[in-house]
Amino acid sequence: MPALAGCGGRTQSSLAPESHAAKDIASLFWWMMGGAWIGLGLVVALLLWSWQRRKRRGFGRDSGGVKPGERVGWLVVVGAGIVVPIVLLATLFVISDVFVIKTTEAPAANATRLTVHVVGHEWWWEVRYPGKGVVTANELHIPARTPVRLEVTTADVIHSFWVPQLNRTIDAIPGKTNAIELYAEAPGRYRGQCDEFCGLQHAHMAFSVDAEPPAVFRRWLAAQARPAAAPASAAAQSGERAFLDGACSTCHTIRGTSAHGYVGPDLTHLASRTTLAALAIPNTRRTLADWITDSQAVKPGNQMPDFRLTGKRLQALLAYLEGLR
Amino acid sequence: MLGWLTTTDHKRIGLLYFWTTLVLFAVGGIEALIMRTQLAQPNEHVVGPSTYDELFTMHGVTMIFFFIIPMTTGAFGNYLIPLMIGARDMAFPRLNALSYWVFLASGVFLYTSLALGAAPNAGWFDYVPLASRRFDPGHNIDFYCLGVIFNSISSTLTAGLFIVTMLKSRAPGMSLKRMPLFCYAMIAAAFGLLFALPSLSADAIFLFLDRNVGTHFFDVAHGGSALLWQHLFWFFGHPEVYILIVPAFGIATSIIPAFTQRKLVAFPLVAIAELLVVYIGFGVWAHHMFATGMPTITLVFFAAGTSMVVIPSTIQVFAWCMTFITGSARFETPLLFIAGFIFMFVTGGLTGIMFLAVPFDQQVTDTYFVIAHFHYIIFGAAVFPIFGGMYYWFPKVTGKLYFELPGQISFWTIFLGTNLLFFPMHILGLHGMTRREYTYPSGLGWGPYNLAETVGGFITAAGILLLLGNLVWSYLRGAPAGPDPWHGPTLEWTTSSPPPEYNYAVIPKVTSAYANWDVADREEDRRKLAEGVLVLEQGHEQVESAPVDGELAEVVEMPHDSPWPPLLALSLALVFTCLVIQKFTVAALVSTLCVLTLLGWHSTEPQER
Repeated sequence: MPALAGCGGRTQSSLAPESHAAKDIASLFWWMMGGAWIGLGLVVALLLWSWQRRKRRGFGRDSGGVKPGERVGWLVVVGAGIVVPIVLLATLFVISDVFVIKTTEAPAANATRLTVHVVGHEWWWEVRYPGKGVVTANELHIPARTPVRLEVTTADVIHSFWVPQLNRTIDAIPGKTNAIELYAEAPGRYRGQCDEFCGLQHAHMAFSVDAEPPAVFRRWLAAQARPAAAPASAAAQSGERAFLDGACSTCHTIRGTSAHGYVGPDLTHLASRTTLAALAIPNTRRTLADWITDSQAVKPGNQMPDFRLTGKRLQALLAYLEGLR
Repeated sequence: MLGWLTTTDHKRIGLLYFWTTLVLFAVGGIEALIMRTQLAQPNEHVVGPSTYDELFTMHGVTMIFFFIIPMTTGAFGNYLIPLMIGARDMAFPRLNALSYWVFLASGVFLYTSLALGAAPNAGWFDYVPLASRRFDPGHNIDFYCLGVIFNSISSTLTAGLFIVTMLKSRAPGMSLKRMPLFCYAMIAAAFGLLFALPSLSADAIFLFLDRNVGTHFFDVAHGGSALLWQHLFWFFGHPEVYILIVPAFGIATSIIPAFTQRKLVAFPLVAIAELLVVYIGFGVWAHHMFATGMPTITLVFFAAGTSMVVIPSTIQVFAWCMTFITGSARFETPLLFIAGFIFMFVTGGLTGIMFLAVPFDQQVTDTYFVIAHFHYIIFGAAVFPIFGGMYYWFPKVTGKLYFELPGQISFWTIFLGTNLLFFPMHILGLHGMTRREYTYPSGLGWGPYNLAETVGGFITAAGILLLLGNLVWSYLRGAPAGPDPWHGPTLEWTTSSPPPEYNYAVIPKVTSAYANWDVADREEDRRKLAEGVLVLEQGHEQVESAPVDGELAEVVEMPHDSPWPPLLALSLALVFTCLVIQKFTVAALVSTLCVLTLLGWHSTEPQER
């Protein structure tokens, strides 16, 4: 079995933000963490102080009713336990829940040039560009420095769409479409992952967001909108026949052919993608062959059956799929 | 042996709870260690995804429903409440026995599923539609629904029993403001259970019906709602968090006065805070659902609730700390565990405060940051006091002193182990590791933190084994403790160790919340015993008093041992077994067995005097 490496970006850290929303959230965290260390330090200091004072009086002296230091005790409890927390909590509440909260919200549909529609499936992501005739899977492309409206829903169970470097998470819930902003300040590949437990292969339901310069993005979108390339070689032609006549086409769509299945990802431009199986493995001839013949070993429980194809038919199918640029 | 089966003595029932929950704690802990072994390195294959899903679901369900709740209420509450309020027993001893046997049966019921390879596997909060028949066709989730309902029968009985006992059975003179803080904590937890559990039971019943009868409560395609499950679950689930930790606060407020020899600072504020934390806890449930796309006004409302619930906790933390400082703290094992508890609770509480910042909550929800937060709360703030309480009341229950040095070593091992186990989880969550991944890829920098956590997990386990070994060895070889080795503040330290079946030979006189420190009252008890006034030793009677001021109201006859509680629990277990194998008609027939048992039960009512 191929070792599963972290395809699609070297980090998934919310502390390496690449958008204004993620940056606001990260700096909110750093401030809160600073405050938390001070609070914890205060309590530890009190406990250590009591340890240092432990032999001040004989043990068991004041249990008869005397309560030494009760006034000071009340003052600290009321001051540090009620007044100060109320002030700090109110401040945090106003900053985070009145101001920062707005930065993560989705731009209105009519205020943005691009809306991307994402549908969660067990265990991959369907990506649609409404009005552009583009459907792909697991690898989102967006123009950099452009606020994109991202709409999320699900075809089956609850998933959650999360690219921590770009924005907070948003759930994909049956019967509901949620939206957030997707924005990247710099071109690059950002890794994301399903953030709500969704069954056996929740662990392998990752995706990537490729932020590209707007011109590059427009070229990509135009290429993706075209129907599938016709098979170029004799082997690829026989591979296409195997695909359309066999079980493949009942689950997968290849635009421009008779394959219209909706269970698995759209494969019209499979060869333009760099990964397979929701980023579980890279997209090479060998891993693609592994995936077709033994996907249950790569990603146990996934909905694609193993196809025990013989050498020649497999090579033909691979030749066809590799031509789907 | 038969005596334990038919017992209605709160101390014996408390011990039965103790041993049963300890076994379940071990099982839940082993499940956790297997998960930590799987996650020690990227791409491990110790277990497969289906086993892993069952492991984390069973770990959560076990630790919450079958360890902490029954340990704090069932074991500690049962054993200590009647002793602390100067009562002979719980208000309804047979109901108490029933509560235990139902608990045991529900535990056996749930773990049967693991033996059958059909353990619940959709997480402890079991979101639909993942838990619906379509996506989880086996019996796994049926075991979850029925197990949770079965278990909550036991918890509901305990809750009602505790409330009545603490309001009606206090020794004459113990008005509400003289009730020990431990009892305040227990009464807060009991009210919490009573109001939260119906929401969970309704949820589980709806899901069971959806799965087995074809109703559509959660089925979006037929007008149901997937979010309804979450609202009902968390309306139970968040108060549940406070139900888990408030009894631990009660244990802390028992140990602190004993080991600082000082009455707790700001007693009335702390008592109110213990009640308030559960009350406000009912208004924050939706902060578990901040990523579901709720309207902003809803988010802000629940964020405000989340900020309010902080105040009762800060009150208590500073009251504990100031008691440490103004008293003369003696840092022996029980107090070390409480100091450790304060450290863990404050750490977990501070990360909890961060969740009131909605955008940050939405950034780290369902990541290891949340796992870190609630393990600091649940392990640090609920289990540390349980360990401290085990040491503190060990002399009372066994009549022996524990060994101090291994006790302190066990504390430091557990303290270091849990921090190594749980602290790196904060960093992992911030670095993007989501919860409930059965494996994770290399190349994202998660490996070293995970390895450290796994090492911490095994250190923690070693510390717990040392603690238990120390207690076993102390039981066998410890020095006699006498009735009051700590000069403890509350009534249980006035009677012998272990206490006699009737607890107190005379009804104790109570004029403060620290009855054992009121020397004159204890003198008077001894005088009464010598003169034979208010002696209850011969009879089987209990004093009932007025709920608020604790004035003597009447003397009631208590029931004797009874075989009916375990029989009723057994009949219930049969009913639930029929339900899980979908033999509904048979279940209806078998449930007549429960009615017959109840008839037998009520044919042996104690005689009115």
